[in-house]
Amino acid sequence: MLDDVDKRVLRRFQMDPTLSLAELARLAGVSTATCARRLQRLRDTEVIRAVRTVINWPALGYSVEVSLRITLDKTQPRAFDEFLAAAREVPEVIEAQTFLGQVDARLSVIARDMPHYQQVYRDKLLTLPHIADIEALMHVARVKFDETLPL
Amino acid sequence: MIDLDEIDRAMIRAVAADALITAGALGRQLGLSQPAAWRRLKRLREAGIFRGQRLDLDAQALGFTVTVFLGVKLATKGRVSLEDFERAVTAIPEVQTVEHVLGLYDYRLRVIARDITDFERVLRRRIMTLPGVGNIDANVLLSEERLPGPIG
Repeated sequence: MLDDVDKRVLRRFQMDPTLSLAELARLAGVSTATCARRLQRLRDTEVIRAVRTVINWPALGYSVEVSLRITLDKTQPRAFDEFLAAAREVPEVIEAQTFLGQVDARLSVIARDMPHYQQVYRDKLLTLPHIADIEALMHVARVKFDETLPL
Repeated sequence: MIDLDEIDRAMIRAVAADALITAGALGRQLGLSQPAAWRRLKRLREAGIFRGQRLDLDAQALGFTVTVFLGVKLATKGRVSLEDFERAVTAIPEVQTVEHVLGLYDYRLRVIARDITDFERVLRRRIMTLPGVGNIDANVLLSEERLPGPIG
């Protein structure tokens, strides 16, 4: 189980994963050696999985992002598995989630522009298996996206 | 727009998965010398392709077992109410992402909680009391995968 020192280190680290070990230790109020030891243990136990780089899709020419909320035909016993397996094969899909609630699944889809989105939507997404209903939310802006945990 | 070849794409994939990978390790993976890998990485950085870094933590191991996506419709609109709402919602620690969207809802929130009771507390005390909130629609996350995207 994690103690207060671990939590302090993680809280600071997740706010800025680019901090040096010395800076992180100072902000968390522990010695550099303690900080290094704690981080190593958190990595060994896979509480820290990795430091990921967030890709700036607009800089790669993908300026449109759409969130598709999908209702599946649940009379098909393998609807979820088959839908997800097919969605994984569409390169423009960057996230796939399944839910308990009003919608069954959601896909984050990126495209270069609206004509490209239209083409991906018609040719690759509407053709995914077992879709009963689909509705689109168009991204205007990301207001918060750090995905930190309330430690 | 920056031109990318196969090696650049593989490099973006590798850096996305592990931000701490060294130019030497990238070079070994991609069949480049360390300086050549470093030059390519520098070019990608300068083109603004990397937006920042994110610590990938095992939320379950840290005691967070419930993730809920909320679709929020504002009851009143106008520039002031959007700003008030955004300022208040981003300050809630349990709200991990806030996206302004067009469609059925105005905002999409990702909320993380220790369990359903904890989620109910966040929903009632913090989210339903936000300025201008109208309809809220909730979906509990069952599974999630992040895919490499069109550089795969």
